[in-house]
Amino acid sequence: MSGDRVTKALLFISSLTILLLSAGIVISLLGGALPAFKEFGVRFITSSVWNPTEGSEEYGAMAFIAGTVITSILALIICIPMAFSTSLFIAEYYNGTRTSRILRSLVDLLAGIPSIVYGFWGFYALRPLLVATGLTDQGFGVFTASLVLAIMIVPYATSLSAEIISMVPAELKEAAYSLGATRREVIFSVVIPSARSGIIASFILALGRALGETMAVTMLIGNANVIPKGLFAPGNTMASVIANQFGEASGLKMSALIAIGLLLFLITALVNYLGKLIIKRFA
Amino acid sequence: MKKIVFILMAAMALLLVSCGGSGSATGKQKQITLSAAGATFPQPFYNLAFKKFNEAGGPLINYGGIGSGGGIKSLRDQIVNFSATDAFLSDEEMAEMPGEVVHIPTCIGAVVIAYNLPGVTDLKLTPELLEGIFLGNINKWNDPKILASNPGLALPDMEITVVYRSDGSGTTFIFSDYMSKVSPAWNAQLGTGKALNWPAGIGAKGNPGVSGTISQSQGSIGYIGYEYAFAQKIPMAAVMNSAGFFIEPTLESFTAAADEEIPSDTRVMLTNSSNPAAYPITSFTWIIMYKELAYGKHSSEAAEAAVKTVRWLISEEAQAIATSVHYAALPQNASLQAEELLRGITYQGQTVLK
Repeated sequence: MSGDRVTKALLFISSLTILLLSAGIVISLLGGALPAFKEFGVRFITSSVWNPTEGSEEYGAMAFIAGTVITSILALIICIPMAFSTSLFIAEYYNGTRTSRILRSLVDLLAGIPSIVYGFWGFYALRPLLVATGLTDQGFGVFTASLVLAIMIVPYATSLSAEIISMVPAELKEAAYSLGATRREVIFSVVIPSARSGIIASFILALGRALGETMAVTMLIGNANVIPKGLFAPGNTMASVIANQFGEASGLKMSALIAIGLLLFLITALVNYLGKLIIKRFA
Repeated sequence: MKKIVFILMAAMALLLVSCGGSGSATGKQKQITLSAAGATFPQPFYNLAFKKFNEAGGPLINYGGIGSGGGIKSLRDQIVNFSATDAFLSDEEMAEMPGEVVHIPTCIGAVVIAYNLPGVTDLKLTPELLEGIFLGNINKWNDPKILASNPGLALPDMEITVVYRSDGSGTTFIFSDYMSKVSPAWNAQLGTGKALNWPAGIGAKGNPGVSGTISQSQGSIGYIGYEYAFAQKIPMAAVMNSAGFFIEPTLESFTAAADEEIPSDTRVMLTNSSNPAAYPITSFTWIIMYKELAYGKHSSEAAEAAVKTVRWLISEEAQAIATSVHYAALPQNASLQAEELLRGITYQGQTVLK
């Protein structure tokens, strides 16, 4: 009885800590961002001018919002076919086989590689390849960053989708087979429809990760504080500009960076909320 | 974040004080421990020089490379014996300090224009070309304007990719200070600062980021600290100085930049030096300390040790260490001025150096 009570108290305290932590983060972000919003108002969001020169300071987050949204969505688009087919392969076609087990652990291994290593690989291996195609002069830009981002988020989407696909009840599939359905028909009319909301959720989780990714993006996107002019043009993202500039920032610039942090927080929350809506609709 | 750094610094300082106390209590050998913090640019030189000085019976110095801004803040909070900075304190910053602060130049750093062009290693650039390239108005390597300053050079028909610092940095400050002096267009459009609103090119983080990007990208050009270009063997451009000579970046041409009239408090940017032998994009790096060292819990022994340590840094022996790790030595006039400033430092009104 008393042990039960202790457990209850412990659980309560730990969940309360999480609640207090997230509240604390929002409050300190709000407090830090206030000077920037006071100074620039809505212009802080709509303007894409980022001029840190003393005397003519002006900060707008639009270039970074655009960079974040474009790279993340592009990464998601590249990621979907890769992750979707891999998860079907692992969890349906070759489920339970050795090939599937090896592939599964390789996917998990990809998820464990630190983002700076992806950045290095992108910088020294992938970028020269892109330059060799002739599509881009130096290889720094939105597309390179999105490509590496896509590879980084594939393992998340894959292993979650695979988990959910393998959870589709065997009775359902067997029923379909007994009615004479082919394997392809079972996958597309039984497995995918019943795992749909989970698969969507896994891609939204992957998108959330892409939104906040910093190091690999910083190394590849070119860090130009402008709205990207094309797929192969340099840009910058919200997380990347914070990582780059907070070191020597103070005063209004620090506040502007914190405000970008707050916006990123809001965008991530919005994506998660949209994800939940989609899941509800399809479930 | 900054607060945390300072709390840590304060904790470290406390720890050092207590360590120092217990060290002398056991009485093995009475060793004074000093704490210092600041710029990362001269850190390799300082670490080596402090180590040599300690081995010769000087104090033990713990130097935290936390950046110039952090060093200034640490000195303001009086948690260090002295700090190091790449940018001298503005009048405003001087007024915020609880006591009078002296600047002691210790060596000279330079910003070089590094580039990556197949087969080209002796590029010459004028201030006008630098302005055109970095403002994005000249964007081909075989532009006639570049060819005019580099007759006979086989410049390729290649896009110019400008690489700049994406993080706030003293390197950007020195480069933009120089450009603002020589180019009215630059001054109006970008001005001087640790971070700028670049109209063209791509950004990379830190000196290693920029030098890595340049060495990996053909057709690129950017500004980096001399020691990085030197260490990675990236070609550096000769830059035309105020006397109209193209000057190669060398330790001698950096030292020459300070070989002219400098103000008595040494708070001056050396960029665009009038000395005809000087490389134009150079700057002092300074140790900053209070003129009156009796503050906080600092003892007269610590004060003496601090002043002697800084005097060691400007001595011929330590300056030779600086050149051995590719920092340019102070010219004689500057080290005499630094010596003079050190003589003015007091502890409870008494000069520390007798």
